[in-house]
Amino acid sequence: MNNKQYIVLLVLVVIIAVLPLAMYSGMGEDEGYFGGADTSAGEVVEETGYEPWFNSIWEPPSGEIESLLFAVQAAIGAIIIGYVFGYYNGQAKERRKQKKEVKTEE
Amino acid sequence: MEGFLPWQWCLFWYIVAMPVVAYGVIQIKKITDKQPESKPLLAVSGAFVFILSSLKLPSVTGSCSHPTGTGLGAVLFGPAAASVLGAIVLVFQAILLAHGGITTLGANIFSMGIIGPLVAWLVYKGIQKANGPTLLGVFLAAALADLMTYVTTAIQLSLAFPVPSFGMAFNNFMWIFAITQIPLAIAEGLLTVVIFDYIMKLKPDILENLKVIGPKVKEKVQAVV
Repeated sequence: MNNKQYIVLLVLVVIIAVLPLAMYSGMGEDEGYFGGADTSAGEVVEETGYEPWFNSIWEPPSGEIESLLFAVQAAIGAIIIGYVFGYYNGQAKERRKQKKEVKTEE
Repeated sequence: MEGFLPWQWCLFWYIVAMPVVAYGVIQIKKITDKQPESKPLLAVSGAFVFILSSLKLPSVTGSCSHPTGTGLGAVLFGPAAASVLGAIVLVFQAILLAHGGITTLGANIFSMGIIGPLVAWLVYKGIQKANGPTLLGVFLAAALADLMTYVTTAIQLSLAFPVPSFGMAFNNFMWIFAITQIPLAIAEGLLTVVIFDYIMKLKPDILENLKVIGPKVKEKVQAVV
């Protein structure tokens, strides 16, 4: 694939992520939208009369702290991928350069 | 969800999941001993799970869920190795984010770390055997791994809470999890294709050594580059 095809695929991903926001525009958590699927499943379980027998040892004290930790998680992943891909890209460039030099020397 | 499975089920899924993760650790050691040059790719696979499982995306059903990212690792290193990557992320989320849970860790490793990667690997190898297009294999592997992870979750919950019956409960949980997951699974498939194609362009040799692509595909890629 070339760069253009990459961009097309990535734009598709963005559309998939944005579409629900447009579909339910104006709705919020109070109307029952954009909550976690696991929360809804938890409600179904609790309706059966079941009570969770164990609580989390530690919970992020607020939404802000939770989003901080999720962002840290994504950042760790992004740093690693960026580092490795940058390194690979540099190697590939160097290989191409050496090939060219060999050709011009001939 | 912490405490949301009866303890017998928690124990059961731990017993099922742990041997697979242990086997995965051995597998990873074997692969990296044999091919030390594949280590950066292992890091990339793990990092991909880190990123994707942190992104809670909205879906057309109006609720949010997150992709899993385990398909890439499964295609590159096999399902056992991918289960270790999934387990690491699940432990991170259970301890620091109160997301997933320690009691339910075994069940979550089973769905996200074992069934998902297993499906990805089977789909990818199946399409490879049939000489299908490599990138189509990657797309289907990643998307189906994502989807089947949540189908497995629905089955696990219906087994633990067959109210009023297993079938009715399954129907309920499938709506909550699997239908929400369909668009996210497609998005994950597309992202995995982009990142896989990029790896294939830059490091076709490593992929060939890992038996992810055959010599024919490698020649084709190198001809383009």
